[in-house]
Amino acid sequence: MSKMQLDIVTPERKVYSKDVEMVITRAANGDIGILPHHAPLVSPLSVTVVRVKNEGNEERIAISGGFLEVRPSGVTILAETAELSTDIDVERAEAAVERAQGRIAEHEGDLARAELALKRAVNRLEVAKWK
Amino acid sequence: MATMREIKLKINSFEKTKQITKAMKMVAASYLRKAQEQAEASRPYAEKLKEVITGLAQGGSSVKHPMLQSRPVSKTGYLIVTSDRGLVGGYNSNLIRLLMQKLEERHSSKDEYVVFVIGRKGLEVLKKRNLPIIGQTTGVSAIPQFSEVINIAKDAVSNYADGNYDELYLLYNEFVNPVVQRPMEKRLLPLASDELVQEEKSQKTAYEYEPSEEEVLAELLPRYAETLIYNALLEGKASEHAAQMNAMENATDNATEIIGNLTLEFNRARQAAITQEIAEIVGGAAAL
Repeated sequence: MSKMQLDIVTPERKVYSKDVEMVITRAANGDIGILPHHAPLVSPLSVTVVRVKNEGNEERIAISGGFLEVRPSGVTILAETAELSTDIDVERAEAAVERAQGRIAEHEGDLARAELALKRAVNRLEVAKWK
Repeated sequence: MATMREIKLKINSFEKTKQITKAMKMVAASYLRKAQEQAEASRPYAEKLKEVITGLAQGGSSVKHPMLQSRPVSKTGYLIVTSDRGLVGGYNSNLIRLLMQKLEERHSSKDEYVVFVIGRKGLEVLKKRNLPIIGQTTGVSAIPQFSEVINIAKDAVSNYADGNYDELYLLYNEFVNPVVQRPMEKRLLPLASDELVQEEKSQKTAYEYEPSEEEVLAELLPRYAETLIYNALLEGKASEHAAQMNAMENATDNATEIIGNLTLEFNRARQAAITQEIAEIVGGAAAL
């Protein structure tokens, strides 16, 4: 099966750089799967999961906010944060879920912010628990 | 003339100071290296963003965004990157002087600008001068992470987007090399659209934009501006470590010099004491 280059870059570092067979994620208009030689595309990504398929294996990466660029030569994902399932701090994410839920329940502080934090933490947990 | 004991105490105290400044210099040097690596690592992200935005700006001339367009200026925002700690030579004072100079040049009253401050030292000074500070971050780590500045960067960008001010300047110490850091001012917003559009040479790819060109651009531009703020912070931090390294090196040199002079004085005092003792013994023997 032909392959394409996938780079996942955050402002701090390059998180992921490999030749892969397929990338699946949720773009602005819904889920998309990208195979090599996909038409060039740019789309924002929200807090979501990037699934990477390669030689029968699947990897999952939690990202929070960013965008996706598909070129003939490969795929680049720019994200504010990006974590492989093995890099996620489960305890911290669980604590974040509780904190955010508490804030939302008590209508304390900035609700939109708390909801976003909850989304990010749940997203991380989802990725971490997938094996 | 000071007694031998006094001089000895002084020498000891300078030796201790020298040890500390030397250690601080080493620490600053290692942070400097890490900060430079971090700045290096952050480059691909900013470059990629710029590339895509450039593509957008070229592709559709119909795409207009407030962040790319100058508007009449009635209020100005400033974001200044200072350090949390002192012992960094002229790092903070030079930058603050530049800010005050620019403020004086451009504005006649305090209603015409607002200031964001990163770093405790800048905050202390600017508060004392009663500048209108509307955002602040202190305690940024030696090698800053993106998450540490995201809030202040978002604030600075969204205030522009909401029309609270009509331009935004960044002030930070430019890292020229480990010996030279230059205070400098850069206009961040509105983004220089000509700079983005100029690079005509890059090959054009006909992208599909989801959901639409305008929305993608609206999503990307604030991100790009935030990234530029992060880059300025990284550069400021690298300059801070370099400035500290130089300051501590000078302090170590000065301590060495003072210790040399004091040792000389100590030896003179010792000789004088010995001479006096001999004179006393000789005098005593003669009297017998």
